[in-house]
Amino acid sequence: MNLAFNTAPDDRPRLPGSLHVNRRLSQWLEFRADGTVLVRPGKVELGQGILTALTQIVADELDVDPARVALLPATTGVSPNEAVTSGSLSVQESGMALRHAAADARSIFLSVVSQRSGVTPDAIRVEDGAFIGPDGPLGSYWDMAGQGLLEAEASPAAQPKPAAARRLVGTSWPRLDLPAKVFGQARFIHDMRLPGMLHARMVRPPSVGARLLSVGPPAGATLVRDGDFLAVVAASEALADRAAARLKPSWSAGTGLPPDTDAWLRAAPGEDSVVASDGTPAPPTLTREFRRPYFAHASVGLCCALARWDGDALTVWSHTQGPYNLAADLAKALGVPPDAITVIHAEGAGCYGHNGADDVALDAALCARETPGVPVRALWSRAEELGHGPLSPAMLVRVDATTDAAGNLTHWSSHIRSNGHSGRPGRGAVATLLAAPWILGGQPMPASINPPLAGGGGAQRNAVPIYDVPNLQVGLTRITDMPIRSSALRGLGALINVWSIESVMDELAGRAGVDPVEYRLRHLSDPRARAVLEAVAAMAPRAPGWGIAVARYKNLGAWCAVAARVEADERVRCRELWIAADMGEVINPDGAVNQLEGGALHGVSVALHEEARHDGSRITSDSWDTYPVLRFADVPRVTTRLITRPEQPPLGAGEASMAPAIAAIAAGIHAALGVRPTRLPFTPENL
Amino acid sequence: MSFSLNGVPVALPQGGTLLQALRGPFGLNGPKLGCAAEACGACHVLLDGVSVPSCALPVEAVAGRVVVTLEGLGTPEDPHPLQTAFLEEQAGQCGYCLSGIIISAAALLRREAKPDEDAVRAALQPHLCRCHSHNRILRAVLRAQAEPHQ
Repeated sequence: MNLAFNTAPDDRPRLPGSLHVNRRLSQWLEFRADGTVLVRPGKVELGQGILTALTQIVADELDVDPARVALLPATTGVSPNEAVTSGSLSVQESGMALRHAAADARSIFLSVVSQRSGVTPDAIRVEDGAFIGPDGPLGSYWDMAGQGLLEAEASPAAQPKPAAARRLVGTSWPRLDLPAKVFGQARFIHDMRLPGMLHARMVRPPSVGARLLSVGPPAGATLVRDGDFLAVVAASEALADRAAARLKPSWSAGTGLPPDTDAWLRAAPGEDSVVASDGTPAPPTLTREFRRPYFAHASVGLCCALARWDGDALTVWSHTQGPYNLAADLAKALGVPPDAITVIHAEGAGCYGHNGADDVALDAALCARETPGVPVRALWSRAEELGHGPLSPAMLVRVDATTDAAGNLTHWSSHIRSNGHSGRPGRGAVATLLAAPWILGGQPMPASINPPLAGGGGAQRNAVPIYDVPNLQVGLTRITDMPIRSSALRGLGALINVWSIESVMDELAGRAGVDPVEYRLRHLSDPRARAVLEAVAAMAPRAPGWGIAVARYKNLGAWCAVAARVEADERVRCRELWIAADMGEVINPDGAVNQLEGGALHGVSVALHEEARHDGSRITSDSWDTYPVLRFADVPRVTTRLITRPEQPPLGAGEASMAPAIAAIAAGIHAALGVRPTRLPFTPENL
Repeated sequence: MSFSLNGVPVALPQGGTLLQALRGPFGLNGPKLGCAAEACGACHVLLDGVSVPSCALPVEAVAGRVVVTLEGLGTPEDPHPLQTAFLEEQAGQCGYCLSGIIISAAALLRREAKPDEDAVRAALQPHLCRCHSHNRILRAVLRAQAEPHQ
């Protein structure tokens, strides 16, 4: 259950993934008399295809046709609490829980069929949910629905099928959700239309920390005001838009933002910690400093939530990554008991981390409180999306490296300065939702934190090189002032940490006069890291502007190497990418490739296009003109190879390729221009 | 005052944008709101056969004209070749951008029987895909243009 924040051992028999903390089989699976099996994952669809992968796993393990598998969107009070769908952990946590639960369920039903029929279990096979003995059918899951056979704790002894016996898993089953999206059927939260539903638009402070002084009545809409939270509610979207645009509230001056992010990063107060320490320090032979700006999530869709109060009970429909966590923070912000709130997941547009999905749920709840019994749909604007959602924080990394006479790495020392990378709801005493500090009695927004390294880390994610380094010092300063709300975005600290490590390795290889692949291999004893690096080196022909990089995501997840070919004239373009990845068992190869390519191209976008900007009072990059991202004309060709290992545990695909792609592009830029980038994005002004 | 929506004559609603009318009174789901500034492509529809953003277009502007949304291109029973090709290529992740992209691709295939990849990229340049499924989308459009057209 979200390993990032739950690494403490306990003395219960170990069960796989989230099954360990949601141990009853009936929480996960329910056979129904209509010939279907209801599966209740606590993880949610974010556009990554998890529902398809989970269906494959369950259908395989139960021996049922996947068309019989129905999935309930994660719902508080009903679904198992799997915390947050994040960190590329859904197959490990939800998939492995469901695999084990399904294997256990199959075994329980088989055992009951055997006892009732007198046929030994070995002589019974399961065909699409029917139990078949030597003399014919003996019953089915569906015949025995409602007999309470799954009202039991999962058995640690349950044995999922061996890899060789799986039939659906390992195949590229088509995405279950894609047809609806290709034919324009209702699938997204934006497509939900509840009877009598009203529409809310929020009116935000024009600068960070500004207080609401006064506001006149809106035209054709209802005003919602709670402290500094301001919104209008109207019968239609057009009316709500117009009322919000015409509302001209008076605000105080804000508290201001640091005008110079570089200077702020160096000087801001923080909390120091040691990430890794081994051996002794030595005078560096190479010192480099790397910087990255704030990045925005920049989903194409807008954050949206529906809320309805029925007496003291609140129902919220949300594209949150963590329904239980959201319910916990809504309860804190609204001053109601958590069990008065039901959060039901509904799919949003692509989610790449902690975006505004949770924030808009509080917005909707605050607005709906003014219209008891009537549902309210709150929708953000593009400016809110880019200017008020959490951003991935700016970072500064300094690296000192020491080599021996042969040019080999002997000492590595690095230090990171960054805000924390997690301000997710549901984890602290104070709500971390956007509007929570603004409403009457609201608490200031807590500074974001970093998960421990054993859970993947945040700012320090991937800061420890995967290379063999005899002497290693890695330090972190978590900046405790948070003028710009910062939280998790795809890769977290790995984006700058992998790039800084790979940049220094590339430079050391050049100094030593050694081929960059050969130099890395000299320092790389992890066989799976070597395998992906060698694979991608073989895939990507050497050419001008060629660069390469390798990492193991979080140093715990998938291994991924990326090669890039860039061209540089008036600006840098990435023309081609090659990816080799080892994520152990692969549930759905095409889905994995889709995720890896998406992550690598997200890396291209971040490397060459993206930078969230601000002035002394507000985020100014709040439109697609001021926050440009990768578009079709600049998309490189991508070739991907999976090194599949069906006997090994599955590892996530969504984030593994992004950081190596950035690092490979940086190396390609050096090859093309002779300049080593030290500041993201790699635009002409930063080179 | 009326216009043609997905082949059916309908009365013109009053006020707001074409997108608000399509998603509001007409209850359609294909066209999506992404920016309200004609900058992301999610809301594109065919207007007299041309792919245009609908998020800032006053609905009155379509009086007497022909509007086709994703729903009007095809159905699961009778899909447009693009819809078939997008499923065959599994060209999408979250899918929020796909309606606008398929609309622009359909407009392109009406203009050019056999567009090359550069022409497809140019036609899709107004569209953002933040899950970065671009290469699959390009493959799907090139695959569809090899199919017989409606």
